[in-house]
Amino acid sequence: MTKQALKQPVRILVMLSTTFLGLLLITFLIGRVVPIDPVLAVVGDKALPQVYEKARIAMGLDLPLWKQFFIYISNVLTGDFGTSVLTANPVIDDILRVFPATFELAITATVIGVLAGIPLGIFSAVKRDSFLDHVTRVIGLFGYSLPIFWLGLMGLMFFYARLDLLPGPGRVDVFYEGIVTPVTGFLTLDSMIAGEWEIFRNAVYHLILPASLLGYYSMAYLSRMTRSFMIEQLGQEYILTARVKGVKEWKVIWGHALGNCAIPLITVIALGFGTLLEGSVLTETVFAWPGLGLYLTNSLLNADMNAVLGCTIVVGAIFLGVNLFSDFLYKIMDPRAR
Amino acid sequence: MAGNTPLLTVNDLSVVFPSPKGDVCAVNNLGFSMGREKIGIVGESGSGKSVTGRAVLGLLPPYARVTASDITFKGRNLLTCSEKQMRQIRGRQISMVMQDPKYSLNPVRTVGNQISEAYTIHHKAGKKQARQKTLDMLKAVRIRNPAQVYGLYPHEVSGGMGQRIMIAMMLIPEPSLLIADEPTSALDVTVQLQVLAILDDLVQERGMGLIFISHDLALVSSFCDRVIIMYGGQIMEVVDAVNLHKSNHPYTKGLLGCLPKIDGNPDHLPTLVRDEAWLKPPPKCFGRGTAL
Ligand SMILES: Nc1ncnc2c1ncn2[C@@H]1O[C@H](COP(=O)(O)OP(=O)(O)OP(=O)(O)O)[C@@H](O)[C@H]1O
Ligand SMILES: [Mg+2]
Repeated sequence: MTKQALKQPVRILVMLSTTFLGLLLITFLIGRVVPIDPVLAVVGDKALPQVYEKARIAMGLDLPLWKQFFIYISNVLTGDFGTSVLTANPVIDDILRVFPATFELAITATVIGVLAGIPLGIFSAVKRDSFLDHVTRVIGLFGYSLPIFWLGLMGLMFFYARLDLLPGPGRVDVFYEGIVTPVTGFLTLDSMIAGEWEIFRNAVYHLILPASLLGYYSMAYLSRMTRSFMIEQLGQEYILTARVKGVKEWKVIWGHALGNCAIPLITVIALGFGTLLEGSVLTETVFAWPGLGLYLTNSLLNADMNAVLGCTIVVGAIFLGVNLFSDFLYKIMDPRAR
Repeated sequence: MAGNTPLLTVNDLSVVFPSPKGDVCAVNNLGFSMGREKIGIVGESGSGKSVTGRAVLGLLPPYARVTASDITFKGRNLLTCSEKQMRQIRGRQISMVMQDPKYSLNPVRTVGNQISEAYTIHHKAGKKQARQKTLDMLKAVRIRNPAQVYGLYPHEVSGGMGQRIMIAMMLIPEPSLLIADEPTSALDVTVQLQVLAILDDLVQERGMGLIFISHDLALVSSFCDRVIIMYGGQIMEVVDAVNLHKSNHPYTKGLLGCLPKIDGNPDHLPTLVRDEAWLKPPPKCFGRGTAL
């Protein structure tokens, strides 16, 4: 019994660490294979051969590959991803600084997607082939097929340039920048904690457009998935049982069918959330949103290898974490999986 | 021992499922009347047994075309009932046990929760009272440790216990009519008999009417008072169970002939005789009618 109970976490732990180790191996190899000389990046291409050689030894690049890999692993595990050439900061500090912006955006977008997408999906499943179902389908199709940077630009042009209802790019207006001390890293929360309500309002306004845009994509996807899960569940026999008992139709849907849809939905939501946490490169670029996606893009364009690989590892770790979390939720929701 | 007051009367019931390949007439001009008795419905697969039961409950899918001149339950015309009125009849007045508890119980809710829901829909009761009622009902279907079973999930109970739970759930609001749609087909033989005995006792005790749908002619004839033989969505004949073996109808004889006998191996397997001439032309159906 206790042995059985212990087996599960151990298995998960082994699986997680192998996956993570695999990820490290890949990033390590990429770091050695790409035609960017890390020594040159540090000393510059006008350095003397002796200086170059000295730097190479100092960076441990003369050691055998397996030794380098071990050093790499122990560095990564202690949070040392090296120094960014571009910002001259430790990569980990950079990531910790930009990540909350992405996190804030991803959470808001996911909440919008879930709150709009799931009810919409349920509605179109229940009223299948009705006018509303077709409208939802078209909205969803738009969400799939329009490029997000275009929608982002259109949104900025319309709501910012034309109507002046919403602010332009960035997380907050320039003159508000750097006033509140980061506690959580979420600008909305931090400004609330600091009692800076003007900044809070401003930050929320800045969040609206990019978050709705990403939320729209997430809604488009979620509503389609919810619809198909719901249609499947409504055809099951336990639904007939509930109706035979005299359960009201809305309770059949929300009380009986939804609980069963929730199980596959968790995975879909979690994976979508994980994707958003990677930093939506295009959205962050269009909105000059100082998050992981923008940082990663800048590092890539400047051949800042340490930063790129550091971001890759963080993104990989996030995905592992999100997967673990969704497995955990799955176990809570589905009594058969316990 | 048929009751005198008619509990349920059905006249000219027809159910048509439109399909791209032409309409399928699942039930055709069917009519019967029953009191608080046990009535069996037998017929081969696709003869419209389940559809008949669901039509009475008003639970066919919306695309089904249901027509009838009369469906009267306890003097009340079900055809003119609103959806809301039907909901008050379902469960409380007419209930249904289905074939396989594996599929007919909600997998993510405890069995206790599902049974007590059936009670609280129709009776004003607090949580505690509903729980107590549920435990009593579990005891009534001969579950020995009701308090423990209350908190189990459907996948944690065996088929036999699952079906007893279904029966408990369907009988807890104390309906007057139970439709049992092949309630034991998914169970193995020894468990079948236990479940049937429980069903029989409860129906007897509460003076309920029972519509027992089955493939098993022998079972139905020993278990029910009267038997309706169906073929192609129509009633071939209605006979008292004790007289079933004396039936003159060729289809009933055919069904009886297909039963395996203990003595003597037949040198050939009997095949069922079917005759289109038995079927009245389906007035409300388009195309060829039945899906046989
Ligand atoms: N939802 C539906 N849509 C279309 N056709 C249906 C539907 N339900 C039943 N039918 C058709 O109605 C006919 C009668 O089906 P029904 O389920 O009543 O048969 P049955 O006598 O209960 O058979 P079985 O013994 O296999 O349960 C079948 O031909 C079936 O294909
Ligand atoms: Mg059937």
